[in-house]
Amino acid sequence: MHSTVVFWEFLTSHFNYIVVITLMMTGLYIVISTGNLVKKLVGLGVFQTAVFQLYITMGKVSGGQPPILEGVHEASPSEHATTAAATHAPATAEHAQTTAHAGIEIAKTLDEAIVGGVLYSNPLPHVLILTAIVVGVATLAVGLSLVVRIREAYDSIEEDELQEADYKTAKGALS
Amino acid sequence: MNALIVSNLTALLPAWVVMHAASLIVVTPLLSGPIALILSRGRLAWAWALVISVITFALSLVLYGQVLDHGSVVYAFGDWAPPLGITYNIDALNVLILLLVAGMGVLSLVNGLPSVLREIAPKDQAPFFAAFMLCLTGLMGVTITGDAFNVFVFLEISSISTYVLVAMGGTTDRRALTASFNYLILGTIGATFFVIGLGLLYMATGTLNMADITAHLHTHSEDRVVRAAFAFIVIGLGLKTAMFPLHTWLPSAYAYSPTIVGTFLASTATKVAFYAMVRFILGVFDPGSPFSGALLEIVLAPMAIAAMIICSVQALHQADLRKLLAYSSVAQLGYMLLGLSMGTAAGVSASLLHLFNHALMKGALFMGVGIFGLQYGIRQVQDLRGLGKTMPLTAAAFTISGLSLIGVPLTAGFVSKFYLITAALERGWWWAAAAILASSVLAIFYVGRMLEMMYLREAPKAKGRTKKAKTGNVPLLALVPLLILALANIWFFFDASLPKGLADAAATALLGGGAL
Amino acid sequence: MTTEFLTPLDAFTVIDLIFMMMLVVVGIAIVRFKDLFAVVMLSGVYSLVSAAWFVSLDAVDVAFTEAAVGAGISTVLMLGAMLLTARTAAPVKPARHWVALFVVCATGAALLYATVDMPSFGDPLSPPNAYVGLEYLKRTGPDTGVPNVVSAVLASYRGYDTFGETTVILTAGLGVILILGLGGPARRRKKPVPAKTKEAKAKESEDYGAHHVVLRVISKLMIPVIIVYGAYVQFHGDFGPGGGFQAGLIIASSIILYALIFGVDAAKEAVPPSLVRLGAALGVLIYGGVGVISLLLGGNFLSYNVLNPAHPSHGQELGIMFVEIGVLVTVASVMLIIFYGFTSRQPDISDKDW
Repeated sequence: MHSTVVFWEFLTSHFNYIVVITLMMTGLYIVISTGNLVKKLVGLGVFQTAVFQLYITMGKVSGGQPPILEGVHEASPSEHATTAAATHAPATAEHAQTTAHAGIEIAKTLDEAIVGGVLYSNPLPHVLILTAIVVGVATLAVGLSLVVRIREAYDSIEEDELQEADYKTAKGALS
Repeated sequence: MNALIVSNLTALLPAWVVMHAASLIVVTPLLSGPIALILSRGRLAWAWALVISVITFALSLVLYGQVLDHGSVVYAFGDWAPPLGITYNIDALNVLILLLVAGMGVLSLVNGLPSVLREIAPKDQAPFFAAFMLCLTGLMGVTITGDAFNVFVFLEISSISTYVLVAMGGTTDRRALTASFNYLILGTIGATFFVIGLGLLYMATGTLNMADITAHLHTHSEDRVVRAAFAFIVIGLGLKTAMFPLHTWLPSAYAYSPTIVGTFLASTATKVAFYAMVRFILGVFDPGSPFSGALLEIVLAPMAIAAMIICSVQALHQADLRKLLAYSSVAQLGYMLLGLSMGTAAGVSASLLHLFNHALMKGALFMGVGIFGLQYGIRQVQDLRGLGKTMPLTAAAFTISGLSLIGVPLTAGFVSKFYLITAALERGWWWAAAAILASSVLAIFYVGRMLEMMYLREAPKAKGRTKKAKTGNVPLLALVPLLILALANIWFFFDASLPKGLADAAATALLGGGAL
Repeated sequence: MTTEFLTPLDAFTVIDLIFMMMLVVVGIAIVRFKDLFAVVMLSGVYSLVSAAWFVSLDAVDVAFTEAAVGAGISTVLMLGAMLLTARTAAPVKPARHWVALFVVCATGAALLYATVDMPSFGDPLSPPNAYVGLEYLKRTGPDTGVPNVVSAVLASYRGYDTFGETTVILTAGLGVILILGLGGPARRRKKPVPAKTKEAKAKESEDYGAHHVVLRVISKLMIPVIIVYGAYVQFHGDFGPGGGFQAGLIIASSIILYALIFGVDAAKEAVPPSLVRLGAALGVLIYGGVGVISLLLGGNFLSYNVLNPAHPSHGQELGIMFVEIGVLVTVASVMLIIFYGFTSRQPDISDKDW
């Protein structure tokens, strides 16, 4: 009985990961199983988008707001000098050690996680995923350009037919 | 002597260049890419790329000097202290790779001009060199960075430009297009696995700075998330390294790409991915943890040996010259992985030394094949017949590099294999030492096959092959880098102090003085 | 530990659950369909549902970008490529199916194994949420004066990543230039046509749009509005979701709309391929230029504080603004490069097949 409760609690607090993993595997399955080059790229997109979801669900804070600050108080120039830590090259390893932790404390209580009276979701995964989305579309553009050229050169976009054609070319080169 | 040259060079450069060398070494080639695109004339873009790559190489020497003086260098972008901002961390391990990549960039560019003018349409030459410089940028960026996510961004700069560069072989052989597409699919799966691994690592530690992650992992007990992160990062980088059996994209990609691309990639791309693997396995994760130790011994070592044997056998059966060399590359990556999987300072040092030497020999061999192709359009092993007589100098340089690939004494290849075997025996892995010897015997056969064709067979008269080459004499531009690399293969037998010194320092820093 | 946020059933809202179910259903549908048109449209749906979910997960900037990229640009690109290639996918071979299933099961098992030690959904004190991510929330105000923390982290704290990202876009542009070309005059040269007079040209473009009077009028009205909206997204990025990347997509889409209505040749006259090629390079140079200027002013690369030593947070705002302009220029240009590249290839499916 007790273990059922534990499992239920695990499921309800980790359900997002299970769904995201399912989606990742769906995408990966499409990439590997299909021989159609366009569908392969679609599968890659599904796979990557699921990874984006992994990051974003990780950064969600229950009861949080989007990370856009309510009321910004800029530091005066003198204050600013103390918050921005400057490291100039070339620095030695010891110097790096002193700047490795720029006075960052890990929040231990909910109060410490509240900024200016408001609880926000984590902005860092958002930033990383913005970059990853752009990388994804760049890869897609190059991939689709290749598909178009392959179709022009082989008159097919099915992997098996392409391999067959390449095999014939290789045999022809030897004889 | 090395230190003397470096300190003189450092004195020559303006102070702020020396101070910001860590960022300039990546930013300079990066910004040269778009400028090359604007130049829009092939030879002009080439000259520009060459100048920039020489500057990049000079900057890598400056950083080498700084590492010799300080041990390591940290550069914080935007003046944000490490966990908040992105840093570049330079130490003995990555300065070796920086020197190698920048140096091979210069040599490939010099060697590659005649073949680019032949293979690439004039209107495409400027963007081609722009893509080449971005590829160089990406490789340098992966090597130098101290931020885990930044590795991904620069890995993708180099990968996407590589897909494009490989596809440029499509004008002469359509198989380049499918090779590029396969590489794109597998490379992107690899990159995505890497990103999953980074996500898990971030989930466990809350930070992306490598030093910070290490500090966290060494003070917290290893949980399942960290283990999964380890597995995903190793598989992701393994795909980019062409680790057996994830290497299927490599042979075609190297064989059908334009000559200059094959040369440059064979001597740099997988090396940089391998470096990233070393950095993550030993530098970021805790190499002392039982989980990673077991994974190295039970998974990585057998795969390394499989690569060394199976891919050497595959190399034996290749008719296409560049495919033969490409399979040999996968086998040679096996040696490096084997050294890494030993998990000892001696093994890792030997592995890094072999990485350096392999870049020299494979770069030279691909350059040699490129010159044969340029002169006679040669692509098959059987077409090498009689080249020992018709192109004695190129053939000699090719032979030296081939002998180095086997590991014959008086060549650099001997040194690194010697250290690898010593490290294996020290670790008590006699079977690994035996595998190295077995794989070397196979190398004798596949290199021997090429040499036999060149020296013992008569050139076919029917096709008029004994006549003067198509383009007259071998272009000096193509020949000189090949000769430099061939001589380097001999030089580093007699004086391996530069790579050996750095490799030893790196291995000691990673594993703490050779303790298991 | 404060369990207030962690009680089961409280963690997920109904809306989260609905989105997750929709995603799984759409994902499975993509696996099953062989009609590429359906597959591509479903992948657009998948992205759009993801984007909606991202809004619910507080990732508004990501949602904006995912909607524009995943449901917009990617879908259009794939439709374009599909037009140029084939309409249906061959059925999956059994061998491939088993290989794929094996890989997927192994990978999925590794991830599920890790799930046990993953932090609970929505936990404010989990390592990712309580460390560096939280620090950005605390520091962004005093350091930069920019309310949108995502913009500040993207363009300043991790500005170097974004520089790399802009370079990735340029690389994709280079790729399309090299693999497909930019078209342009080359396409007309295939069939030599006598030089057209001005009137003939005008008549031709009139014919082209004769059936689309409504479209033409509306689009003429829309294009300026879209460009203004792009500018708003660009400069409002400090305060709300948006920034150079999204603005670049929007501005490029206005020109693509123009091309769709008035023909690609007309668009190429307005925005010639040589200009977009220059623009793609220029954006990266603007971004890098800001970095080099901060080097020359005595800071490290991309250190915006030195742009205004008397008032560092103003320097930050200035730096962020300029690098975002760099991103805008490259993104808009590369999107047009991609569009020109794909349209330079003749579709080999005739109109009546649709």
